[in-house]
Amino acid sequence: MATVRINGQSRTIDGPDDTTLLWAIRDMAGLTGTKYGCGAGLCGACTVHVDGKAVRSCLSTVGEVAGKDVTTIEGLSADGNHPVQVAWREYNVPQCGFCQAGQIMQAAAILQEKPDLTDDEILEGMSGNICRCGCYERIVAAVRHVSTGS
Amino acid sequence: MLHYLEQAMSDAPKQRAPELEFANVSRRSFLTIAATGFAVAAFTTQAGAFARYKTGGDFMPHGIRYDPKIFVSIDADGTVTIVAHRAEMGTGSRTSLPMVLADEMGADWSRVNIVQAEGDEPKYGNQDTDGSRSMRHHIQSMRQMGASVRHMLVQAAAKKWGVDAGSVTVGVHEISSGGRKAGFGDLAADAMALDVPAFEDLTFLTEDQFRYIGKGNISITDLHDITTGKAVYGADVSLPGMKFAAIARPPAVGSKPIRYDATATFKVPGVEKVLGLQISNFPAKFAPLGGIAVIASNTDAAIKGRDALEIEWAEGPHSGYNSKAFTEEMRATAKKPGAVLRAEGDAKAAFDGAAKVFARDYSQAHMAHAMMEPPVAVANVANGKAEIWAPVQSPFGTRGDLAGALNMPIEDVTVNVTLLGGGFGRKSKCDFAIEAAQLSQRIGAPVKVQWTREDDIRHSFYHTTSVERIEVALDADNKVTGWRHNSVAPSILSTFAPDSGHQFFIESGMGHIDMPFDIPNISVENGAAMAHTRIGWFRSVSNIPRAWAVQSFVAELASEMGRDHKDLLMEMIGPDRLLDPPKQGFPENFWDYGEVYDEYPIDTARLKNVLAIAADKAGWGRDLPAGEGLGLAVHRSFVTYVATAARVKIIDGKITVPEMHMAVDCGFAANPERIRSQMEGAAVMGMTTAMHSGITYENGAVTQSNFHDYPMIRSDNYPQKVHTHVVPHGFEVHAAGVGEPGVPPVPPAIANAVFAATGKRLRDLPFGDTV
Repeated sequence: MATVRINGQSRTIDGPDDTTLLWAIRDMAGLTGTKYGCGAGLCGACTVHVDGKAVRSCLSTVGEVAGKDVTTIEGLSADGNHPVQVAWREYNVPQCGFCQAGQIMQAAAILQEKPDLTDDEILEGMSGNICRCGCYERIVAAVRHVSTGS
Repeated sequence: MLHYLEQAMSDAPKQRAPELEFANVSRRSFLTIAATGFAVAAFTTQAGAFARYKTGGDFMPHGIRYDPKIFVSIDADGTVTIVAHRAEMGTGSRTSLPMVLADEMGADWSRVNIVQAEGDEPKYGNQDTDGSRSMRHHIQSMRQMGASVRHMLVQAAAKKWGVDAGSVTVGVHEISSGGRKAGFGDLAADAMALDVPAFEDLTFLTEDQFRYIGKGNISITDLHDITTGKAVYGADVSLPGMKFAAIARPPAVGSKPIRYDATATFKVPGVEKVLGLQISNFPAKFAPLGGIAVIASNTDAAIKGRDALEIEWAEGPHSGYNSKAFTEEMRATAKKPGAVLRAEGDAKAAFDGAAKVFARDYSQAHMAHAMMEPPVAVANVANGKAEIWAPVQSPFGTRGDLAGALNMPIEDVTVNVTLLGGGFGRKSKCDFAIEAAQLSQRIGAPVKVQWTREDDIRHSFYHTTSVERIEVALDADNKVTGWRHNSVAPSILSTFAPDSGHQFFIESGMGHIDMPFDIPNISVENGAAMAHTRIGWFRSVSNIPRAWAVQSFVAELASEMGRDHKDLLMEMIGPDRLLDPPKQGFPENFWDYGEVYDEYPIDTARLKNVLAIAADKAGWGRDLPAGEGLGLAVHRSFVTYVATAARVKIIDGKITVPEMHMAVDCGFAANPERIRSQMEGAAVMGMTTAMHSGITYENGAVTQSNFHDYPMIRSDNYPQKVHTHVVPHGFEVHAAGVGEPGVPPVPPAIANAVFAATGKRLRDLPFGDTV
């Protein structure tokens, strides 16, 4: 039984400390915006922020994040208008949309760390997130837009 | 696809025709409209803006509905609700079809709500979302229903105001006559109570009046929900009292567990039950593979409990499958004569008399779809009823299969369609929904079955593996006088019926029989290959290996002759013409993507046009720096023409693709913005297919398991700039497929570019990312 702060709200997780954070978020906290894609940290669909840093929730446990701040796509901004979310809409990024919460959380984290990313840094920073529909060109354009305004 | 498999199994006429219209038509006529004349009588319209034409949609199960009362409702506040009856897996059909209807009725898109239809084809018409058919088959009905509602609103206004209908005009979301004005909501109740007008009484917008159709100016309807995490996919459905299941499936299809030990499983907190499931072997359509299910109070416990099972599996009927050896068997088969599917001229004489014969073969490994959302379904079977929530491409087909599996009347089964986190053909097969429903029926509680990525990679319905061998006969002037193409690949039909080793008519219609080159002597052949795993359809299906072979081969031939690739390709396609299937030796059951051939003929002018556009835009013929190369490919599939020009740059032995041009002629472009996104996506999936997508087997089991050994193209090496060139057409050029046709030309274009850059010829998919 661990207490985890998700999107500013304390939640008691009814499970052992090694409960996978992804499934605690989805099944126990009922926040389904964070997706399961691989369970092995290979695709980035489950990306959340832990104390502001991008983390693959499929590789984390609730014990590891006890006492820390976990942010999911639902908590990224109060009104859903984080600059990354706005850019995603401007560039009509998604196709099926399933990976996009993870992409957006990853993008927001790397932009938080360094607001003026070079193209190489964008490509490297987003390379852990797979989009099977193939929206990379628009993902990169949207991140670049937030980063440099271009 | 499913529909055609059922036809193939029933041995019925390969293109089933509507009874009244085609009753006396010889199949030899290829269902030509000119020959039957019915179209002129049936589809004359006073609305010159919209001349109706026949599509294959009428041949699909339950056909097409034209009743706006099924698809449209208008609230008193003016909110227009439109039903999306096709599944949304990323192509945009859930937005684009309602958009067509909304534009034609005069609705303001910002006041339109979309609701997703449940699986009910008797009500909504065909819902089988595959074959790149959504816009192609339904654009006309959407326009007609929109025009019908507009007509009904006008009639209601005229009656209410006591004016002539001719004086009533429709603006955006409002109706006026003289000084009177009303919103759609004000007239909704009166309008929707009227009878639906006949097609002949309708007027249609002219193209210059379109606000959304053909413009690409609206965003997908789920955009805000997707970017805020609110969009609902299969796994996002939750029911009170729901249990969570993960299943250990046989490593080789049909293998049975000899014994298992669940001691460690029951030590996982949250695990509640372990259940054995009946093992199936193909042909079994979409029956689940069976195995051992772990039921738990959450997904984490179900997966951990499943992974903790110790199972000893017996050898099964397919435990001897080793795909490397199998490819070499196919290669040997391809060198021998196969069953002849198309014979034009005298190929034997051409080869016997050839000055030279040039031959190459090209292979492809199996592929798994690997959509980002693995299979998942939620089911509640209780009180003699079953309700399912699942990301399925064919919700009514799913409903029928569930009814059969649960032994229930179909009326007692409800299938709710969530968003699909990718589909690519995998989610046409509803084994995962059947698993959830059968488990729910057994344990008496709602159940969610979650497939892990490993489950998805190892237990799919795989894209077939193939060897395509092409031989040409050349005369003394190096002119191609004979063509022989032997395709060897296990058939999708093996999933549905006892396997003959031979492909069936739709596989043969995808770039094999319909080869468009102007060569006098042609033999299109199919050598046998038995299936040893579940074979299914994967986005673009057999077009991928066919375009891979044909478009690589012509480039090789050009190199052999010392000719320019584009020049030779143009020359082989030959003069502008429509192919004439009976005259060119096509078989009677030739399948033109289910369309009436004369409405969607094979048009060499359109094929050459997209090739010219892609080549010109890429600067074909220009000098490139060392280590760079341009490659071309062109292919018609799903009655759409796509050419790809890829520029590759080899950096320290790694193949990169800085730029790609996709020229697409899909007839009337209903939503160019989503056409562009599909082409961009096809460039990426085509690059993944080219470099990475290889499922291999050892002793009947899939070797790969997750994205580390079944990798995907990522942002560190993707086609960095994809230029999409959409050939503009008026509405009279019939809308054609978009979801699938972008993929096939991409792998050969990249391989041809690699050859141009390095001199190294790649013939086996996947070819890796280094050279």
